[in-house]
Amino acid sequence: MISTQTITSLGYDDIPRLMSLMTGDEKHSVAATSTLDVIWTLYDRVLDVGPDRVDDPTRDRFLLSKGHGPMAYYAVLAARGFISPEVLRGFAGHDSILGHHPDATLIPGVEIGSGSLGHGLPIGVGLALGLRAQANPARVVVLIGDGELDEGSNHEAIAIAARYGLDSLTVAVIDNVSATQGWPGGIQERFAVEDWATTRVNGRDHDAIAAGFATPHTGRPLAVVALVERRR
Amino acid sequence: MPSMRDKFTATTIDLLESDPRTTLVLADIGASSFAGAPRVHNVGIREQAMIGVTAGLALSGLRPIAHSYAPFLIERPFEQIKLDFGHQDLSAILVSIGASYDAAVEGRTHQSPGDVSLLSTLPGWTIHVPGHPDEAEGLLRSAAAGGDRVYIRLTEDSNSTPHRVEGLVTIRTSSAPGATVIAVGPMLDRVAAATADLNVTLLYANTVRPFDRLGLAAAATGTDVVLVEPYLVGTSAAEATAALSSRPSRLLSIGVPKIETRRYGTRHQHDASYGLDIAGLRTRIVSFLDGGRGGQ
Repeated sequence: MISTQTITSLGYDDIPRLMSLMTGDEKHSVAATSTLDVIWTLYDRVLDVGPDRVDDPTRDRFLLSKGHGPMAYYAVLAARGFISPEVLRGFAGHDSILGHHPDATLIPGVEIGSGSLGHGLPIGVGLALGLRAQANPARVVVLIGDGELDEGSNHEAIAIAARYGLDSLTVAVIDNVSATQGWPGGIQERFAVEDWATTRVNGRDHDAIAAGFATPHTGRPLAVVALVERRR
Repeated sequence: MPSMRDKFTATTIDLLESDPRTTLVLADIGASSFAGAPRVHNVGIREQAMIGVTAGLALSGLRPIAHSYAPFLIERPFEQIKLDFGHQDLSAILVSIGASYDAAVEGRTHQSPGDVSLLSTLPGWTIHVPGHPDEAEGLLRSAAAGGDRVYIRLTEDSNSTPHRVEGLVTIRTSSAPGATVIAVGPMLDRVAAATADLNVTLLYANTVRPFDRLGLAAAATGTDVVLVEPYLVGTSAAEATAALSSRPSRLLSIGVPKIETRRYGTRHQHDASYGLDIAGLRTRIVSFLDGGRGGQ
């Protein structure tokens, strides 16, 4: 279910212009685009969220754990009406609400701050457990990167989520083959061995991404591995 | 007498059964004590995720308690504590057991004299060091009813009687302007015995962050101040110094020395070797009040 788009007036084709309003170092701008199509599709076709209901308890929760390179995220938030496009111009300035890593206390609609890798998934597990305890059916989607998966805290959380059968939890793994030692056998195997439902999609194909998030996973958490171009 | 840990278990089970906002996160340690209680999440031996999960539960609107041994609760997942609570602007109650060296026989791996000092580097944490099991229960109930970031440091040690305090409370007042001695948590009975015949004002605190600077400034009538803490020496020295910044003062900090200990034995033997038993405290305090350095 998609919320009424009361403020939204910008589309996917506006994203490059919105991103051009920001300036940042190359390291972050390259990483930023790896997440763009998954974040766009989540906000356009998957998540039940909207700028008019950022405090609505029933809204879905999107947790950007891979806080490195948030320009795509900020551009989508602007396109969807959570923040004004004008805010993008001050990107990473001393008075800006938008830094090189997002701060949830500053940006409307942002559920967690991130930047240090490996924090979002354990928080997402706790959030899903807490919502379940309150009979709240909201979906929790955590976005991580394949390099971020190096952090051991993720593997603690992957095991816990499966044991608790957290089917309200979905993890999107943006795989641009950036992990230094790689993931022999494929990233989805790291989840499948813990009895998660898994699927692998083209991380640039919006229909495939949306279908991936619609994968049935009753009683189990879902991992959607989105393959994008190898990071250079 | 039930221990602080016994009080923590009974009080937490009562809170879980009576308040639907309360939830408990464990990392195996203590899990058998909470079998059958509602909203208990034992995440296994995964302390990083324990803190993240606790933060997520807070993000969902609940009032979580996380509990483990002090070194595994505070030191091992410290960056999770820093970011998942403070930076996310989320709150929880962290309750540790083990203190500085309750588990002396287990060795350095299970000892945590630096936990209070470490957590004190972060803004916004209330740190309680109860000196009696009844104080532990009261502090836990207050924390559960509130919404702050709270650390409660439990120990097997205890004073003979509980004190109901916020900030510093005066146990004994000097007959003439004299020195001020501050005992924190379970140090009170030993400090009281060590100073029984000395002309000192004896203060007690089981909350060290925020530190009661105004209370110390008001109670201290002389220049000499002795601060006795049951964890790393000097943990609250900067707070005491700041409290007295408008006047000349001398400060003796007594606590657990910063050493890489390789001793086992009992906590009482550790106390004696660090000068934290009655005799050691007395020797150092008398030396300091006589104008010496007090073993500093």
